[in-house]
Amino acid sequence: MKKKLAVIALAGIMTTGLTAGNVQAAEPGGELYVFIAASLANSMEEIQKDFNQKYPDVEIFYNADSSGTLQTQIEEGSRCDIFFSAATKQMDALVEEKLAKEDSVVDLLENKVVLIKLKDAETKVTGFENITEAENLALAGEDVPVGQYAREIFTNLGIMDQVEKMEINEGKNVTEVLAAITQGSNEVGVVYATDAASVADQVDIIAEAPAEALETPVLYPVGLTEDQEASSAEQEAAEVFLEYLQTEEAMKVFEEYGFSPYTEEKEEAAAEENTEEEAAE
Amino acid sequence: MSEFIQEINWSPLWISLKTGAVATTITFFLGIWCARKIMKMKPVSRAVLDGILTMPLVLPPTVAGFFLLIIFSLRRPFGKFLLENFDFKIVQTWKGCVVAAAVIAFPLMYRNARAAFEQVDVNLIHAGQTLGMSDRKIFWKVIMPTAAPGIASGTVLAFARAIGEYGATSMLAGNILGKTRTVSVAIAAETAAGNYDVAGFWVVVIVALSFVIVALINIVSGRGMKSRRWI
Repeated sequence: MKKKLAVIALAGIMTTGLTAGNVQAAEPGGELYVFIAASLANSMEEIQKDFNQKYPDVEIFYNADSSGTLQTQIEEGSRCDIFFSAATKQMDALVEEKLAKEDSVVDLLENKVVLIKLKDAETKVTGFENITEAENLALAGEDVPVGQYAREIFTNLGIMDQVEKMEINEGKNVTEVLAAITQGSNEVGVVYATDAASVADQVDIIAEAPAEALETPVLYPVGLTEDQEASSAEQEAAEVFLEYLQTEEAMKVFEEYGFSPYTEEKEEAAAEENTEEEAAE
Repeated sequence: MSEFIQEINWSPLWISLKTGAVATTITFFLGIWCARKIMKMKPVSRAVLDGILTMPLVLPPTVAGFFLLIIFSLRRPFGKFLLENFDFKIVQTWKGCVVAAAVIAFPLMYRNARAAFEQVDVNLIHAGQTLGMSDRKIFWKVIMPTAAPGIASGTVLAFARAIGEYGATSMLAGNILGKTRTVSVAIAAETAAGNYDVAGFWVVVIVALSFVIVALINIVSGRGMKSRRWI
């Protein structure tokens, strides 16, 4: 009997010890460096406020820039705990180099490509299909991602030749395209949904790009990166924040700023097809 | 409006002011020192070194920033050496803002100082020498006062460039609010994020700030030149 008691007591002590240890490791705190694509800046700032109400001990530092610059900075050893890219290319490169933790990477958001016009302005255009009815068109250059996507859409709709004959105002970046519409220089323009949402009081969205016209959606992957300087509390904070970004509460904020949650149905379907093919082989 | 002002985080202004002041001071002395050294060199080495020192002016700032990032990278020998031996970290710190601004602004100071020195009348120097002045005294009492207008304009240009630096800064130091976000980086970042009101606010701040400081430099450097008024 005594033995039994001793065993139970011992087990009790060990469990308390274990849970105590767990609690200590699970207390997120310290400094958190989050590298975010420039288009995420507004939504992430709002999310930071919400997050800090729950975890006041975590101090978040954002570094907002173009995804390519952020990738270079991470490669050159800048301190970063979470990377939130505006394209899969940069994230894939970091995963390849073992600087981003592959298991943690999630394709969290999708940015739709949309057709916009000045608020309440008249236009015959009702979608990407009859865009040629516009007097002129504001489009980002071919070297700008959104410009490439727009051209891919026109090509897949089979109207690239007609579009090329239009009067096109080619912007060096998406900001210029947006300005061309808000200042009334052009009748319609192609930008991201998030850009349109940032000036929602000045522009109307005519249409979203038809899903079948874009082979690869515009995805925003997010994941943990290797940070040698982080303490265990800071690593914990990174994991907690990454989880928080995937909550409905955070998604609501993202949607407010024009993002759409990315559902992996298509990918899963493709994966299933692959496995079936493999099985057939 | 007052609500808007209340919500503004003022840290970029202080970081810009600190960066501008320190970077201009560094380029001021380094630019003058390099200009003097280069002038004493042989023509071939002078031409080569001059080309290298002017490079930051030719390169797009993001490219210059990229080179700086590689030099100070914590994954590469030099950056690692600085961190391990002196606990000196350039990337992602305020020091990075200073380094980027100083490097980009340097050629403006150096070029202007050199041009100013080259225009100093040799006879004045010779006169000083016959009167038994030491080289150091000649430099401070004869060369510097004569070259002052050129030096002053170089300082103004270097300061303006340092305050406006964005490309190399965001590459080397990043864009971290409260740490490395300067006013110029803030303007670029807020424009990219579609916050034109905040960007516009910072534009007004930086224009006013630069105007005041450039005017101050002009007033201070113009004081000693009263005799030139008749020109």
